[in-house]
Amino acid sequence: MKNNTFKIPVSILLSSMACFAIGLYGALPWWSFMATNFIIALAIPQKPWVAFLTGALGVGAIWAGLATGMDLANNHLLSTKVANILPLNGSYVLLIVITGLIGFLLGGMSSLTASYLRKA
Amino acid sequence: MRLLPFLASAIVTVSLVTVLNVQLPIGASKSPKLGYFLSPQHGFWKNAEKINANFDAHILAGDLKGKVDVYMDDRLVPHIYAENDEDAYFVQGYLHAKFRLWQMDFQTRVASGRLSEIAGADKLSIDKFFRRLGMVYGAEQTERMINETNPIMKATVDAYTAGVNAYLKQLSSEDMPFEYKLMNYEPEAWTPKKTYLFLMFMSYDLTGRSASADLQLTNTRDYLGFDLFDKLYTNQQDSLDPIIPMGTEFATASIHPVAPANVDFAYLHKKDSTVMATNESDAPEAPDKNNGSNNWAVAGSKTKSGRPILASDPHLGLNLPSLWYEVQITTPTHSTYGASFPGSPAVIIGFNDSLAWGVTNAGRDVLDYYELKFKDSTNNEYWYNGAWKATTKRTEIIKVKDSADVIEEIAMTHWGPAMYDAHYQNPQSKGRNLAVKWTAHEASTGVETFYKLNRAKNTEDYLKAISLWKCPGQNFVMATKTGDIAIKQQGSFVARWDRQGDFIMPGDDTSYVWQGIIPNDENPFIKNPERGFVSSANQKSVDASYPYYLGTASSFPLYRGISVNKQLAAMSNITAEDMQALQTNNYNVFAAMARPALMKFVQMESLSGAAKNMVNKMNQWDLYNHPNSEGMTIFKLIWDSVENAVWEDELSGSPIPLTTPESYVLVEQMLKDSNFSVADNIRTANKIETLKEQVALGIEKATVQLSLLEKENKLSWAAFKATRVLHLTKTNALSRLNLPIGGGENIINATSENHGPSWRMIVHLTDEIEAYGLYPGGQSGNPGSPYYDTFVDYWAAGKYYRLLFLSKEKLKANEHTKWHIQFSKA
Repeated sequence: MKNNTFKIPVSILLSSMACFAIGLYGALPWWSFMATNFIIALAIPQKPWVAFLTGALGVGAIWAGLATGMDLANNHLLSTKVANILPLNGSYVLLIVITGLIGFLLGGMSSLTASYLRKA
Repeated sequence: MRLLPFLASAIVTVSLVTVLNVQLPIGASKSPKLGYFLSPQHGFWKNAEKINANFDAHILAGDLKGKVDVYMDDRLVPHIYAENDEDAYFVQGYLHAKFRLWQMDFQTRVASGRLSEIAGADKLSIDKFFRRLGMVYGAEQTERMINETNPIMKATVDAYTAGVNAYLKQLSSEDMPFEYKLMNYEPEAWTPKKTYLFLMFMSYDLTGRSASADLQLTNTRDYLGFDLFDKLYTNQQDSLDPIIPMGTEFATASIHPVAPANVDFAYLHKKDSTVMATNESDAPEAPDKNNGSNNWAVAGSKTKSGRPILASDPHLGLNLPSLWYEVQITTPTHSTYGASFPGSPAVIIGFNDSLAWGVTNAGRDVLDYYELKFKDSTNNEYWYNGAWKATTKRTEIIKVKDSADVIEEIAMTHWGPAMYDAHYQNPQSKGRNLAVKWTAHEASTGVETFYKLNRAKNTEDYLKAISLWKCPGQNFVMATKTGDIAIKQQGSFVARWDRQGDFIMPGDDTSYVWQGIIPNDENPFIKNPERGFVSSANQKSVDASYPYYLGTASSFPLYRGISVNKQLAAMSNITAEDMQALQTNNYNVFAAMARPALMKFVQMESLSGAAKNMVNKMNQWDLYNHPNSEGMTIFKLIWDSVENAVWEDELSGSPIPLTTPESYVLVEQMLKDSNFSVADNIRTANKIETLKEQVALGIEKATVQLSLLEKENKLSWAAFKATRVLHLTKTNALSRLNLPIGGGENIINATSENHGPSWRMIVHLTDEIEAYGLYPGGQSGNPGSPYYDTFVDYWAAGKYYRLLFLSKEKLKANEHTKWHIQFSKA
């Protein structure tokens, strides 16, 4: 893949799909998407910061998206309770943001590490 | 040179994921594993149940014999229609697990002393307490007896267990209940023993108060001396209105318990032991002394329809998920509806197509301590009857999270387990070696009582069913469609001599043994009395003409019973709505007696302006504990403060907390005497204080607090009381706080801070049974489900649901029926 503008959306999409797919296997650890991100970033060479962003956006979007979907279907019942157990003042929005952020960070770091390995 | 950034990036990544994959300390507790907990495909988001979830399902199970149809109504109550009894209990187990798995697991862990396994060393003292009290030992006795002698109960509990485990087998880890994810542990298989452990826990909750009360009473007696003790903790209750009406004649006693010859010096006056305590640990909170309940049945002669009506509302700790789970079970042998315990098969309080039944706690003392003298520190022998007697040893291994196992070696004596010894003490045990003897240690087929009540057709069946009941002693009320009403206090009750077992007894002397268990037909019982109703509200069941000692009067709340009986006696043409109004009645009969008694000692002219104002407000109060009533808050704070002023000087010098005298002691003294001799402050030797001065002091002290409450706008009774239904982990975010509800201690609507009517039920025994009920919770134990706390607001408002008790065809067609779960053989 030589076209960089094409590589970015493909990386994001792949990372999202792989994260979702491996997440379906509940018996695997919750961080298994880090392995899929790692492999994707090894397979698709990009600049380190681009690798980080694509991996981060891929996982962050799927985590935040899934959480939002489940939360809407639940009328924020559980998220509001959890946002009171965690020190978030009952804000389900903040809880979704943090959920997305964790996916974003871990996904990005995993891809970043892989891209450095490729060049190491 | 990209090696460095690679290493740096790898280190950061691994550190991040590690931090997010461990439980971090927050204050005294621990966070969930955040990454896992927030992962939308693994963590808590998976427990966010769809608001419009569809509960239809088809479940295949190898352990079933036939087909079972379950229809769920719009309150998520399952109506189970099975082709045979065992399949019905299998499905009951499955549904309990599907909706209440975590609580079943958690409650049996508490009962068996296994909290440290999930929560760490912090919980060790609670675990040790339950192990040493013999909770596991008792459950083992029952399990052995049922396995060896009772094939029907064994099959019932086995089918229930298989149902729970069938649910567990198909449960994937991402779908496990919310609390497992929060606390970071996993479900484990159910066993019949866990059902018996759960029932042991109910025995503890309803009779285990003696485990702390007996120690505290002993220490109080030692501190005050028996004579003063006997005055302040008198067993005399002048205003008692017992369950069995006064003047009823009792059968001649077949056992004549005799107090030992040395009782005065060796038991009642015994000096306290001087052995120093070692290894002190905290005991868990003692069971609430208000664990009680109301139940009653009115005969057709007093109802509008001419048919009996039965009411039952057990008062217990108010928790989410609730202790109760509503269910209908219909098989070719029987059809029953009511509240069941997640953890146990059958319906516990409910009705069938012939009769209805309910329970209240009997409050009788069935747990005693015996003081032991061990030969040496091995605890291998103890002194009994002039010789050394050998103990056996029971080993209990307590697993502790993140730490090594703790091993408890408990010396077993002929009395029971040596609960307190050099390895286990608390401030109240004061270094003594104590064996505990408790009727709950004996094997019992308690679950069979409910199994048979579910199927009972008439009064004889009811009596046969409850005759098997041993512990915790209960008042079983009953009403039949054919017009009988009855109540019986049933349990395994010790034939006691006066004050036997109120205090620690000498354990080296045969003369202190239990001299017998009272035969069932001598237990208090009444059927179709002339007054047209039977009732109980945890008061003493009988007057002083009953030949056996019941236990210390502090175990028998006095006032609710007076209220219930007075109102029932005055009612006629009763309807189910009238019974709902009575169950939620807020009249304060205690205040009605205590307020005028107190006012005899109030000298208005000597009070400050603010205090006068409060006393006036108190006197204008209508004596109802309504949510918005300010008079009740004022009365309560003034009364408590006066009591404190009167008793403080007697009790406050003790280094360990002593038992406070019951409120009726002061009320009855005030009504009798113009001046109560114990009111003299024993610490001011030169001055004799009058009760009037103590009352004034109490009122002024209360006024300070009341003025603060007034400023904060918290003077209304509901705001002050702040009733809450607490999640079992005491997490506020999962609880319902500050409910707008009246009632309280001594009130028929016995709703106090975190305790009260845990299931309200009214059954009108017409041809088609007309029943109402609800509990302060919801059918789903999942905090992420809209059915988690569905009934709480309705319950607080004193409203009821009509219970659907219908044949399969009628239920299928009912407008409230929403879902169908089919079970068939795999």
